[in-house]
Amino acid sequence: MIVEALIHLVKVLLVIGFVMNVAGLLTWVERKQSAVMQDRIGANRADIFGFRLIGLFHPIADGLKMITKEDFIPPGGNRFLHTMAPFAAFFPALIAFAIIPFGDVLRVGGRIIPLQVVDFNVGVLYLLAVGGMSVYGVVLAGWSSNNKYSLLGGLRASAQLISYEITLGLSIIGVLMVFQTLQLSEINRLQGELLFGFIPKWGVVVQPLAFLLFFTAAVAESRRIPFDQPESESEIIGYFTEYSGMKWGMFMFADFIETVTVAGVATSVFFGGWQVPYLFADGFHFPWGSIVALPHLAVILLQVASFVFKVLFFCWLLMTIRWTLPRFRYDQVMRLGWKYLLPLSLFNILATGVVILALQAL
Amino acid sequence: MAAVAFYLVSAVAIACAALVIFQPNVVYSALFLIGTLLALAGLFLLLNAQFIAIVHIIVYVGAIMVLFLFVIMLLDLGRDPAGTEQLPYQRGLGIGLGVLFLAELALMVSFGGGLAGAPEGPLPAAFGYTEVLGRMLFTTYLFPFEATSILLFVAAIGAVVLGKRRG
Amino acid sequence: MDTAFPLFLMLLFAGGLAGAMLAMGEFIGPKRLTSIKLEPFECGSTPIGPGRQRFNVKFYLVAMLFIIFDVEVVFLYPWAVIFRDLGVFGLVEMACFIFILAAALVYVWKRGALEWE
Repeated sequence: MIVEALIHLVKVLLVIGFVMNVAGLLTWVERKQSAVMQDRIGANRADIFGFRLIGLFHPIADGLKMITKEDFIPPGGNRFLHTMAPFAAFFPALIAFAIIPFGDVLRVGGRIIPLQVVDFNVGVLYLLAVGGMSVYGVVLAGWSSNNKYSLLGGLRASAQLISYEITLGLSIIGVLMVFQTLQLSEINRLQGELLFGFIPKWGVVVQPLAFLLFFTAAVAESRRIPFDQPESESEIIGYFTEYSGMKWGMFMFADFIETVTVAGVATSVFFGGWQVPYLFADGFHFPWGSIVALPHLAVILLQVASFVFKVLFFCWLLMTIRWTLPRFRYDQVMRLGWKYLLPLSLFNILATGVVILALQAL
Repeated sequence: MAAVAFYLVSAVAIACAALVIFQPNVVYSALFLIGTLLALAGLFLLLNAQFIAIVHIIVYVGAIMVLFLFVIMLLDLGRDPAGTEQLPYQRGLGIGLGVLFLAELALMVSFGGGLAGAPEGPLPAAFGYTEVLGRMLFTTYLFPFEATSILLFVAAIGAVVLGKRRG
Repeated sequence: MDTAFPLFLMLLFAGGLAGAMLAMGEFIGPKRLTSIKLEPFECGSTPIGPGRQRFNVKFYLVAMLFIIFDVEVVFLYPWAVIFRDLGVFGLVEMACFIFILAAALVYVWKRGALEWE
């Protein structure tokens, strides 16, 4: 009983630690990757005792700076809501990772430990529910600032978020139709099968259009460029104009955590999660016949490493997209969401239905 | 254990619902309504209806309350605007109807509390799960399902007609 | 309650972390309020008018349409997991549902409710 509770605690701390660390690292990656892409050096001034360490102390420096800045609450605004809005933005992004499996079941010492914090029967819907809650942080921030432009920015940002949530929900349905289950652990397990004997049945292989739609909608949901009109530096002052110090830091950090969450969900649903191609529970079974037997712990380690690698790959991809594409105008964003992505995702569902039934009849 | 959880969640639901009505700031009322809806989702979970609970959160908390908040912010209802207007005999009517409602509830509870069409015996283990619900929804209750689509269609038309007066 | 306990732990730790960050910001930073800081920020010019004004009805329309399509998405989820058992009958009934809502989208589109957002 106590050991069970301890195992759950360790898993929760591991997942939260992983997400927070990767998000913190992403603040550094953002600066360094953009620097490399733009052929400059990037941030490299923060040092401890003279060691610069290619700028890796910058996230710590940023964190310290934000804590020690003045915590400002606009006097005409709502004090309680102004404080709660960063909490409402930060919290859903972090708890979305509860349902993402980072490995298959670990069998050690007679115990079976699934490498997932919670395994809901209605797994994927939990992600939708949590995504829906992330709108509140934005809306409350805009409202409680007693600033017309903040309110306008907040309303526009939340209109953008809710427009893309529909596409987000619809694109996952295609994958669900193929795998016939809502549980994320099952979806991950089923992606280990092989199509035609040698192609792993990953979500992106069976539903490429759905992946593109999902990825676009997820980038829009996490307000990254090209969809970051609400928080753009040169445009309308946004919903966090009246924030400073740690609260503003929490909004920015929530942004990076959402990036990690988007990467995690894309990995889990479309890219096989912890699956390594041709790796089964007892070792590698290559399609050309050779079999490499591996002990259980090695298999688990490979799976976790594969998950981490894929998540980091998606984070890198999101960063690259950020520094490659220019920002969309707001009416372009809304037009894309309602007039292009929504009909395309409905078409994807019907087409998938027809194809699956046709394959079943053959 | 289940009884403790039930009383706790119900207490939260009732407290939040009371605060929706009794406290003056409209935005806080909306937030307490969100709290009430989350507590109701918790009650659904305690009844082992997981799909309904999570769909309740997605639709009510994630969509309808966002609409409420938009409307509150669009109409700038910061303070309590309806505090001065009152219907004639408002207090008397309110108390009378409340007593009537309480009597009705007491009558229903005293008659056994069960619903007429409820099945007897224990429910199957996977009752609240998506597959079972889906199977029933798309075979036995197909007509209400299609009628829902017409209802949503009408709602969309109504929203546009109300919103675009000049267009 | 195999799912409730770890979820509760996750909510507790995430909430605790967020609360700790808020508390750190509240108590560690200085508090030096000047009159300039207390005005709402409007890119340097002095603010005109009250802090809140009435805004466009487009946001209400977007939220309404979001509710409608969100309910549609919610109906699609149970259908997606059992759709193979329902066969062609299931596909046709869901196609009717989707077409009626697509007609709603086309109506909204043609009426111009999706413009200029």
